[in-house]
Amino acid sequence: MPAGVSLRDFYYLLPELVLTGGALLVLIADVLLPRRSGHALAWITLLVLAATLASLGTFSGTHEVAHGLIAVDEFALFFKVVFLVSAAVTVLMSVRYLEIEGASPGEYYFLILCATLGMMILAGGIDLITIFIGLETMAVSFYILVGFIKPNQKSNEAAVKYFLLGAFSLGILLYGMSLLYGLSGTTNLRVMAPVFFGPETRHDPRLILAVMLVVAGVGFKIAAVPFHMWAPDVYEGAPTPVTAFLSVGSKAASFAMILRIFLEGLPAMVHDWQILFEALAIVTMTVGNLAALTQTNLKRMLAYSSIAHAGYILIGLVAGTPRGVSAMLIYLFIYTFMQLGAFTVIVLMRRRDVVGDELKDFSGLHFRHPYAAFAMLLFMLSLGGIPPTAGFMGKFWLFSAAIDAHYYWLAVIGVLNSAVSLYYYIRLVVFMYLKKDATGSEPSTTPALTVALAIAVVATIYIGIYPRVLFEIAEASARTLGVVGITAALP
Amino acid sequence: MLLLIPLLPLVGFLLNASFGRRVSKPAAGAIACGAMIASFLVSLVSVFRLIALPADARAIAQQVFTWISSGDLAVAFTLRLDPLSAVMILVVTGIGSLIHIYSTAYMHEERDAEYARYFSYLNLFAAFMLVLVLGSNFLVLFVGWEGVGLCSYLLIGFWYEKKSASDAGKKAFIVNRIGDFGFILGVLLAFVHFGTLDFQEIARSSAALGPEAAFGTMSLITLLLFVGATGKSAQIPLYVWLPDAMEGPTPVSALIHAATMVTAGVYMIGRNAVLFSHAPQTLTIIAVVGVATALLAGTIGLVQNDIKRVLAYSTVSQLGYMFLAMGVGAYAAGIFHLYTHAFFKALLFLGSGAVIHALAGEQDLRRMGGLKKDLPITYWTFLIGALAISGVPLLSGFFSKDEILYRTYASGHTLLWIVGLLTSLLTAIYMFRIVFLAFHGHRAEPFADAQDRHARPPQSGSHEAAHAAHLHDAPPAMAIALVVLAVGSVAAGYVGLPQALGGSNRFEKFLEPSFTAADVRSTPDVPDDGAATEGLELGLMAVSTLVAVGGIGLAFFFFLANPRASDRVASQFPGLHRVLMHKYYVDEIYDAAIVQPIRIVSEDGLWKGLDVRVIDGAVNDVAGTVGGASALLRRLQTGSVRAYAASLFLGVVLILGYYLWR
Amino acid sequence: MLSDYIPIAIFVVVATGFAVFTLVFASLLHSEKYNKVKLEPYECGIEPITDARDRYSIRYYLVAMLFVIFDVETVFMFPWAVIFDKLLLFGLIEMVVFIFILVVGYYYAWQKGALEWA
Repeated sequence: MPAGVSLRDFYYLLPELVLTGGALLVLIADVLLPRRSGHALAWITLLVLAATLASLGTFSGTHEVAHGLIAVDEFALFFKVVFLVSAAVTVLMSVRYLEIEGASPGEYYFLILCATLGMMILAGGIDLITIFIGLETMAVSFYILVGFIKPNQKSNEAAVKYFLLGAFSLGILLYGMSLLYGLSGTTNLRVMAPVFFGPETRHDPRLILAVMLVVAGVGFKIAAVPFHMWAPDVYEGAPTPVTAFLSVGSKAASFAMILRIFLEGLPAMVHDWQILFEALAIVTMTVGNLAALTQTNLKRMLAYSSIAHAGYILIGLVAGTPRGVSAMLIYLFIYTFMQLGAFTVIVLMRRRDVVGDELKDFSGLHFRHPYAAFAMLLFMLSLGGIPPTAGFMGKFWLFSAAIDAHYYWLAVIGVLNSAVSLYYYIRLVVFMYLKKDATGSEPSTTPALTVALAIAVVATIYIGIYPRVLFEIAEASARTLGVVGITAALP
Repeated sequence: MLLLIPLLPLVGFLLNASFGRRVSKPAAGAIACGAMIASFLVSLVSVFRLIALPADARAIAQQVFTWISSGDLAVAFTLRLDPLSAVMILVVTGIGSLIHIYSTAYMHEERDAEYARYFSYLNLFAAFMLVLVLGSNFLVLFVGWEGVGLCSYLLIGFWYEKKSASDAGKKAFIVNRIGDFGFILGVLLAFVHFGTLDFQEIARSSAALGPEAAFGTMSLITLLLFVGATGKSAQIPLYVWLPDAMEGPTPVSALIHAATMVTAGVYMIGRNAVLFSHAPQTLTIIAVVGVATALLAGTIGLVQNDIKRVLAYSTVSQLGYMFLAMGVGAYAAGIFHLYTHAFFKALLFLGSGAVIHALAGEQDLRRMGGLKKDLPITYWTFLIGALAISGVPLLSGFFSKDEILYRTYASGHTLLWIVGLLTSLLTAIYMFRIVFLAFHGHRAEPFADAQDRHARPPQSGSHEAAHAAHLHDAPPAMAIALVVLAVGSVAAGYVGLPQALGGSNRFEKFLEPSFTAADVRSTPDVPDDGAATEGLELGLMAVSTLVAVGGIGLAFFFFLANPRASDRVASQFPGLHRVLMHKYYVDEIYDAAIVQPIRIVSEDGLWKGLDVRVIDGAVNDVAGTVGGASALLRRLQTGSVRAYAASLFLGVVLILGYYLWR
Repeated sequence: MLSDYIPIAIFVVVATGFAVFTLVFASLLHSEKYNKVKLEPYECGIEPITDARDRYSIRYYLVAMLFVIFDVETVFMFPWAVIFDKLLLFGLIEMVVFIFILVVGYYYAWQKGALEWA
């Protein structure tokens, strides 16, 4: 048996194995069950996710498994919970949506599970190879999911665009990774880190080129400006639940990857990538918010808003302190719920003949369905960062982390941006509450959608009022990340 | 116990928001009023318990739960009652209750669902304001701070069918957000500097430091906090939302102007008195901004024709006074004015509401006149309010305003005192302009005309007919509120009777502990109570009395005895008059300087320029609608992907360029 | 380290050399006389009746793709087999998992009718 690999490794990979087995189960069930059993498949998928969630709790502590390819620590655990919960909410959202679109549920749920698996590998990956495999498992699943509504041209277009640009950016990322491998002689991030601390390597232009390429590659994944062009088109064209999952799960997983690569693998280069991410954060926030101001399609608006949120989250990375990292985790967790919630309301508006993602579809929603309107109000306020919603807590923590690390201007720009963003969030509120021309459609609720909405609402309010538990967990998770506090580590 | 105070209105909000559409109007009104009155009673009991404590230990705290406990930051959701917040909760719940009662009559023409919606917002408003004044640290305060902003937006835009109303709501919200931007930065900076967000601890730490001689961190913190205060409390340069907020129902204006919202900024500065005292630079800025706002708003108020707008500018002006008081370090005087102002400003707004109600929506002063005969209750109560705000002796406004002017003079700011006095003159003039134009003289034209002009058409035809035939005075629910407030406007000042007039200034003594740090109890620089200062105070009182009476006299001359004179003055200075009518063109300047550039960058630059033209081409729109143009579509799709890829590539090149250039 | 690749380099040179040599040698030897039969794709097969640029049934691609997947599977098996004596039980479990996943995919494709022609 090779060193570092043992049967215990299978034990530590139990969640991933459960999820893989579950995904196969869904695939087989799709064949065995009679046609039109979408509900049963959704139930199986939810059970698989629940079983995976349960298996996460069977061990604790920090471990490196499978030859140091994967880390099993609280940092990974935190993200895995985020992925599983958002996958579950996505499944709840999808049941009715798939019925309306007439798409085959078996492959859909299988791909959702595959994407989740990719994310989980990404969160645990401490080796460039693992990271690459996780990234591709996730990305390929999403390429198919985005184009899942085959008769819909927009959906097809989105899939092709996403695929082409994704492949292009992956090329850039891989080029960067291969340079890193070439310069350090290893693909393992934790082995790589000390190599780069040598005085002659740190100023090697090839290393700078590699860092730069990796930044560009991951910039695409989190839709940072100027690598964001795909996001609005893909978000608008993709089936709404997929958009939700893409904007939440994929983004969170990419941030996990960024934290792993830059904080665990490249702490030596902090001065090079920090300023890069600072510039990206500022441009991303600003462009995202300004472009969102004039959108009339809600999915497109949320796409730009999601770009802007990636900019906010980058602030935590720029700060580079343990507090900054925990702020990123907190914000991603909160963002997951408010973004999923907003998309759930959009799914609610989907009827057989109405797409329901235009701003005008929401006019007077308060008078047709006050609860849905209230939930949307809550999510918009949370996205805008108004207390007592969770979004405020997230922003507060991010900006205070920036100030704590003496990035005053970054915090100022962040606060200014969130002020601008309120304009378009509130505009939707105006449509829902203050317009009465009932052209919009009647929302249709199903138990699954109600549950999805309830989860998002409760989380948004609960964290807003009582964020303590989340904060403590996030701080503990941030601490387990290999080399946190890089700024202190450097001379 | 303390938790009940904001919780009761919150429960009222939840009840009305959930079931309001299904219950009758009286039930919805009863829920809302009941919640407010119950909250008022709880407040009373709490305040009595507070007073029962010894003077230097007057504080009741209730920790609801530990909110955030993370690393070096621990924030508890704690409510804390001390003399300052005691005054505030009494004002909020007391005046708030009266406004609720008044609203049951004022809004009775609304449909059931709208009626319940209105009351649910009203309750929520009060609940957030109570959280704001009871919070023991910045974060709890901020919850209330943002909450009242949201509620003001909902209430100002309550009549959303009117575009001007929903625009005004948005304006209020956005302008407030600009202020909040400064405020939250101030809070964050305070946290970095002091390591805590608790008011008590910040006061203690800052008291340990000496006052800042040069402009340092504390000055920056306080200045940023003050930016937040200018947004909430409508000071230069962020006062523009308040006059527009008149688009909301009149009781809402009363609530915003008197009891909640605008007082938040003044309260916040009072709450952090110790911190602000240690930043003299900021205090000077506050005093100057305050007095400049007072003067600016006073001059605008002179020429406005909408009755509510005049009152709005008078609020801005009076808030300027309060900031003046804060700026010269007379915190108690500022809060005293806040407290008396709550009475007479609520009274004036509710009175104007009664007028508007009687005239079925007419708000233009030029179309009013001679209402004294038909609306006796409204007239007499409004007159008391006008006398009080003008600073006529023996009414509440006199004591509080005089205290501010006296303190300004005593602290050596003679110039500020003169400007304050001038503003006082303006106040008397424009207030009595309303009194004379609306209640005296005779109506300019038959009232029936006004009916197609009103802002808010009433529902029933017969009701309108009744209006035309005979104007009816305020109905009982409104009358009660008016009379109670009128009594308050007269009597409220006597709790703070100055020593010069034989009182003992108990109000100030009561508040004193709130403005000093708990440990470092240095004696505030209250001037010595010798006979010399008493003489000075009496002299200044005489001057301001003369000014108030003079202002009323001028108003009498220009607007009642000799109306043509005012037109003559206006035509002699056409430029000045125009500038005043257009409110110094501040809205226009803001629009040109800030709003338009953002819109242009966003719409023409990023959206139309970058997104639509360069990338999507006009074609993606076609793609959505014309399925048949697939050939064209396909060609342009590849084009757009190429553009996307180009952008990706460009990004890489830019980053590379940066490193090469470096 | 780089010397490990020398056998591969030799292999590449020999393979390329052989191909180039064959083509060049043949072109030197043969006589250039073309006729219709000689220019046909298959000298001794079915005579082509239409243009080669034709639409194929999508099933060709499906089968081709399935073939590629199972073909690539073998690529993983060779290196695995080479170091199997070092991987032992762990390696066996790994391969069982791998093949199991493929079998499920195969079963799914089969049941979905990907292998049926009609």
